[in-house]
Amino acid sequence: MYDIEKYYQAKDVEDAVRALEEDADAVVISGGSDVLIKIREGKLAGCSLVSIHGIPALEGVRMEADGTIVIGPATTFSHITYDSVIQKYIPALGWAVDQVGGPQIRNIGTIGGNVCNGVTSADSAALLFTLNAVLELTGPKGTREIPVAEFYTGPGRTLREHAEILTAIKITRENYRGFYGHYTKYGKRNAMEIATLGCAVHVKLSADNMRISEFRLGFGVAAPTPIRCFKTEETVKGMAVTDPELYEKIQEGAVSEVTPRSSWRASREFRLQLVRELSVRTAKEAIEKASGGEADA
Amino acid sequence: MLKIITMTVNGKETELAVDDREALLDTLRNRLGLTSVKRGCEVGECGACTVLVDGEAIDSCIYLTMWAEGKHIMTVEGLKGRNGELSPIQTAFVEEAAVQCGFCTPGLIMSAVEIVGTGKRYSREELKKLISGHLCRCTGYENILNAMERIVEETYRTVNRE
Repeated sequence: MYDIEKYYQAKDVEDAVRALEEDADAVVISGGSDVLIKIREGKLAGCSLVSIHGIPALEGVRMEADGTIVIGPATTFSHITYDSVIQKYIPALGWAVDQVGGPQIRNIGTIGGNVCNGVTSADSAALLFTLNAVLELTGPKGTREIPVAEFYTGPGRTLREHAEILTAIKITRENYRGFYGHYTKYGKRNAMEIATLGCAVHVKLSADNMRISEFRLGFGVAAPTPIRCFKTEETVKGMAVTDPELYEKIQEGAVSEVTPRSSWRASREFRLQLVRELSVRTAKEAIEKASGGEADA
Repeated sequence: MLKIITMTVNGKETELAVDDREALLDTLRNRLGLTSVKRGCEVGECGACTVLVDGEAIDSCIYLTMWAEGKHIMTVEGLKGRNGELSPIQTAFVEEAAVQCGFCTPGLIMSAVEIVGTGKRYSREELKKLISGHLCRCTGYENILNAMERIVEETYRTVNRE
């Protein structure tokens, strides 16, 4: 038995919002792979839960008429990885969420939970940053949209208000079309591990594949929240992919924009070294994919 | 609070009153007597409690029984043939000596059911990733991978012969 004081299963989003409004201490549970473990460890023992598990409107991936890809927040990691729309248009996201935990965790853990936890180490977050994903929140006052890059306010803190539910993750066409991406996770083990550092890149090349027309660089665990390196992105725009200075600029730029901390997992110095190394490796991989035109996105 | 739910466990429709704090692990092991479902770490790290929910392998220690309403649950007990014979996956584990103390075995076998069910061929490296949610504290991973490789290959051949 879990130490749960109160449990309410919401019928739909509206019902969940109402239940959250009535209970100021309630915690939202979706897949359960974080919340139930926190209850077991005592951090959330005796909590009150509002479950949004199994609400059909929150699950699945679809493409709208204008090409916007809408990801239901309660879609599990494995369902994202194997989804045909994701595989075709944003394979890097499918790859990134395939690095979370282990197979059984990926069968229950959800992308919305990964984002709403507000942790910097979320494998989906850095990647969603490079896709300029927009988060749709539904609360008592209706629906609002927030770009993912503005969503995080600190470690474990986000702009989501108590009675709000994340109801969609949207990626518009101009943010994935022509882009090629990659994600590199560094951890001490290959599985069942929280990222020591995560690096995401999405790149778009000029029509002749010679120059960088857009470059997006995101990190997890390189700051108290996931971040984008906007300055670095600007400095490499227009550079030739063969320019010997390209990777140096990416590396030096990235290091100047991140603010990693020392934790029991790794020191600040080691994380800075990882930022240098992973930014280059991930960018190379993304540029290679873009030059090869592997996926016709 | 108790709620009556209906789920299909190993092919049998089962109705029972469930407490909303109950983990699927507790329900299966303590109330339905399915002791192949092992209580290990209880935080989704070791995979000893792995069962299939609608064909997908999950850690039953971090799954509320409430969520199983209307779902199909499968444990190792459900693999048994009509006359008690072992399934080909279990036979592969026996023949490859992929069992030492046996505590991780039922969980690994359930993951194998999901993996084999895809009918795809996997490399040894891919299989390592696919069983990465299981810990074998006897460290007998080599034989486990041998068994997995064997059954994946056998199934792939059978499927493609048909």
